[in-house]
Amino acid sequence: MATIYIDNVPYEVKDGENLLQACLSVGKNLTYFCWHPALHSVGACRQCAVIRYRDENDTRGRIVMACMEPVADQARISIDAPEAKKFRAQNIESLMINHPHDCPVCDEGGECHLQDMTVMSGHNYRRYRFKKRTHLNQYLGPFLHHEMNRCIQCYRCVRFYNDYAEGKDFGVFAAHDDVYFGRYEPGVLENEFSGNLVEVCPTGVFTDKTLRKRYTRKWDLTNAPSICHQCGLGCNIIASERYGSLRRILNRYNGDVNGYFICDRGRFGYEYVNSQRRIQHALKQEPAGQWQGLKKDTAIREIRNRIRAAKRVIGIGSPRASLESNFLLRELAGAEHFYAGVSEKESRLIKEVLHILRHSGVRTPSLKETETYDAIFVIGEDVTNTAPRLALSLRQAAKNQPKEKAKALKIADWNDAAIREVIQGQKGPLFIAAPYATRLDDAALATHQAHPDEIARLAFAVAHHVDAAAADAELPEKAKAFARQVADALVAAKKPLIVAGTSLYSPSLIHAAANVAMALKKAGKEAGLTYTVPEVNSMGLMMMTDQYLEQAFEQVYSGQADMVIVVENDLYRRLPADQVDEFFRKAGTVVVLDSIAHRTGEHAHFVLPAGTFAESSGTVVNNEGRAQRFFQVYQPRNDIQSTWKWLQAFVEKEQLAAANLDDVIQQLTMAYPELEGVREAAPGAQFRVGTQKIPREPHRYSGRTAMLAHINVSEPKPPEDPDSPLSFTMEGYVGTPPAPLTPFFWSPGWNSVQAVNRYQQEVGGMLRGGNPGRRLIEANGSSLQYFTDIPAAFHPDNFHWNIVPAYHIFGSDELSALSEPLQERIPALYLALSPADAQALQLQPGQQAELNVSGQTLRLPVVIRPDLPGGYVLVPKGWEATAGWLFPVQSSLKPMQV
Amino acid sequence: MDTQTQRILTDDMIAEIRDMYQHFPVKKAACIEALKLIQKHHRWVSDQAVQELAEVLDMSPDEIDSVATFYNLIFRKPVGRHVILICDSVSCWIMGYEKIADYLKQKLGIQFGETTPDGRFTLIPICCLGTCDRAPAMFIDEDLHRDLTVEQIDAILERYP
Repeated sequence: MATIYIDNVPYEVKDGENLLQACLSVGKNLTYFCWHPALHSVGACRQCAVIRYRDENDTRGRIVMACMEPVADQARISIDAPEAKKFRAQNIESLMINHPHDCPVCDEGGECHLQDMTVMSGHNYRRYRFKKRTHLNQYLGPFLHHEMNRCIQCYRCVRFYNDYAEGKDFGVFAAHDDVYFGRYEPGVLENEFSGNLVEVCPTGVFTDKTLRKRYTRKWDLTNAPSICHQCGLGCNIIASERYGSLRRILNRYNGDVNGYFICDRGRFGYEYVNSQRRIQHALKQEPAGQWQGLKKDTAIREIRNRIRAAKRVIGIGSPRASLESNFLLRELAGAEHFYAGVSEKESRLIKEVLHILRHSGVRTPSLKETETYDAIFVIGEDVTNTAPRLALSLRQAAKNQPKEKAKALKIADWNDAAIREVIQGQKGPLFIAAPYATRLDDAALATHQAHPDEIARLAFAVAHHVDAAAADAELPEKAKAFARQVADALVAAKKPLIVAGTSLYSPSLIHAAANVAMALKKAGKEAGLTYTVPEVNSMGLMMMTDQYLEQAFEQVYSGQADMVIVVENDLYRRLPADQVDEFFRKAGTVVVLDSIAHRTGEHAHFVLPAGTFAESSGTVVNNEGRAQRFFQVYQPRNDIQSTWKWLQAFVEKEQLAAANLDDVIQQLTMAYPELEGVREAAPGAQFRVGTQKIPREPHRYSGRTAMLAHINVSEPKPPEDPDSPLSFTMEGYVGTPPAPLTPFFWSPGWNSVQAVNRYQQEVGGMLRGGNPGRRLIEANGSSLQYFTDIPAAFHPDNFHWNIVPAYHIFGSDELSALSEPLQERIPALYLALSPADAQALQLQPGQQAELNVSGQTLRLPVVIRPDLPGGYVLVPKGWEATAGWLFPVQSSLKPMQV
Repeated sequence: MDTQTQRILTDDMIAEIRDMYQHFPVKKAACIEALKLIQKHHRWVSDQAVQELAEVLDMSPDEIDSVATFYNLIFRKPVGRHVILICDSVSCWIMGYEKIADYLKQKLGIQFGETTPDGRFTLIPICCLGTCDRAPAMFIDEDLHRDLTVEQIDAILERYP
């Protein structure tokens, strides 16, 4: 710690920071544009000028840029000196010369950092009366709207897009007063993190196109702290609603998880919540093919009667449903008749991941911690497409070793431009072995493409290189050299990180990754091990049951069960269609609770409308084993409610039937001691600040008395939320609520997302009161032996082609794929193969190839990928036609007969 | 049509660019020199040239264009056979460059930033040619012309067919 004097008042601040960060951390208002807590300092905008004095006798001092000055003990600066204030006001005036006077029609208005800073600087009246330079805007794809005239040339966008996310299709063009930020030519921004420009840009150059379609000002939105449901990482988000539709997703800062950034699937993939395919009311199908709507009470009564009459009810849970929903289903069906709604293959994989997390003794880092590792080996995962936000963290970690050079030159961590000058694009030790070239490969030092079995063998060999006690696998020459290179780099590192996952459905690959991590730990390294999992609550679900879908089917086939309740699950995405068809033929009464109409729902006798993350509250467990709470955003005006609330109507147990979320969690943790931490994930419904609830709406929320006046001039009573300390109105505590209950970031003078500064203990650090979420699993002691299940070497079979799943950030996830803005980015289903295989099969690009997978014929256009080594082919995972395939599948393969 | 003949970067040019970047740790270090080379052969840098160069240097067209548009002497629009750069900075202004510029504009029938219809000349102002002691000055192609008077202009332009 150091003592600095700001306007003659001493403050304790952290060493190693810059003065801007220090000033903001102690709560000072100091204007800035180009500096960003994650992108650091370049000193470009000249907006954080302060006066620095030599010592207490120095009365003149000199103007310095606070973001470029290191904190030094006894440093004396002034923010309020007239010269400094005048400098900042004049600087902003010059930056604003070409900025249009369009705040009332600008999407950023009301949450604009430029507005905030302008007001803060005291530049209240604009004097420039001449013609402004104007630009043409570009089409940037379905996510972002471009309005270049508003640009103030802070360079944050290129620093995020090109330097931080390492995108290539964006840049800054021209010079002097004509600088242009955009693409070489209009077109879709390709980088998977482009949406962060909405928050990174201090003004309205890049705004959210999905919000724009049904625009609402920040102060008119009803918000809730939520968790992204679009992959297994559980990024923290703010979800916002008005007039009963979800309007946008913003990043919700969590210093342990996503920090300042989320991926585009998470940000723009929410619109399934507003989809036409949403189930709005209870439905009954009897006789088959005839649907009728049911009143809520009637539906409950009828289903209750069926349950009472049934011989045995089984419950099929879901990895995309909350712990609470799955738990209520378990209580309804009984623990022995509650099944994870995933295939045996997938459930075993996740069980294995859990087993390793609990017993390997190797730490599984949080996303944020991931960025502290200095060598990474990715085994089999196409991270950018299976767990996108992790790829952004890995890119930062890959820069750690090159950054050492800058450290040796005593360049501070925050001095971004200087650091980049030193490392000159040099790559750190990131290695990727995957079945195909991935979107992260450009950051890697070396990559290797091979069949999943060969990747597992390679990883076993790497572990053996690190520790000869680990099992070894014989490798082809090229792989051998790669394995040695990887092993050497991992051993040379201080903190090596191993990344693997379930996406290739290979247990031996998961074991091999554990071997590498355990060997490194044994070698004295501070090793880390991260597994990605397929869905938002894959981990939580498998912490609750060992039973899988095929066993549920068996219950029906054996005639023991005659009623099935399926929760938030389309079984056609879990097992091949013929098996699921067979199951439904024999299943007796079928009740489906889900938010979206899908093939499984078509077989139901009763369908109940379940809430998505936006209409429900609950808890999910991410890949790291972190339990995180998400809260209902709004009360829909129909029968939609949380799955667990529906299920309460059918549960006999008195403690659960009328329970609120806290009581459900109480029961849940009694049944599963390992889930104890779930209680700590957020304060309970009784929490108050003084006597006040936390409002979901900003205090400036407008239209409350008018928005339903066309139905009834008397304003209806606002809905109540018995499950959380959040209120559905603007009334309540105005101030900083506990971090897990923060529905939006706002602070006096700070209307933009950068108000988050005021919610952190120190800017860019932990949220006040600690980052939300509780880790349920910690690596304690090592009781695992090295795994030895090395798969046999892969041999191509020209009659039974191995089909390996390919993943797409836009398309592979079930629900986000239903969102309109994403659909433009989803590729058509294809079959990819190596040039040599294509030649041997006489397949041309674009030609239809005929596949035969478990009895079903499928015709797919051919794509030739030079990165494939051959012997196997790729087909995207998660498309309707391929969702139920149990990868890796086998198929015959031939050109379509004309 | 043979696509090869339509390429802007010939094999010889590519060989020359390769030669440039071999002296540097990274290929992109040759970007400016390569742009100058393209301009030497084609007078300006077209979108197609940007794309072709991007492939040679393992850069994105966006990266190349960021560099190309930054420098005022890399032309991203077609220019005439001869480019006149007339200095408009302070010494030349004191010494009456405006008269020269006006005469050029009137004689060529173009304004600053324009090219004569016959594609012979492009007229561009430039900030300082580093020859203030001999102002006013202008640059045509690679020749420096100093101590200019309006009377000399016709004869000078004659030399650039």
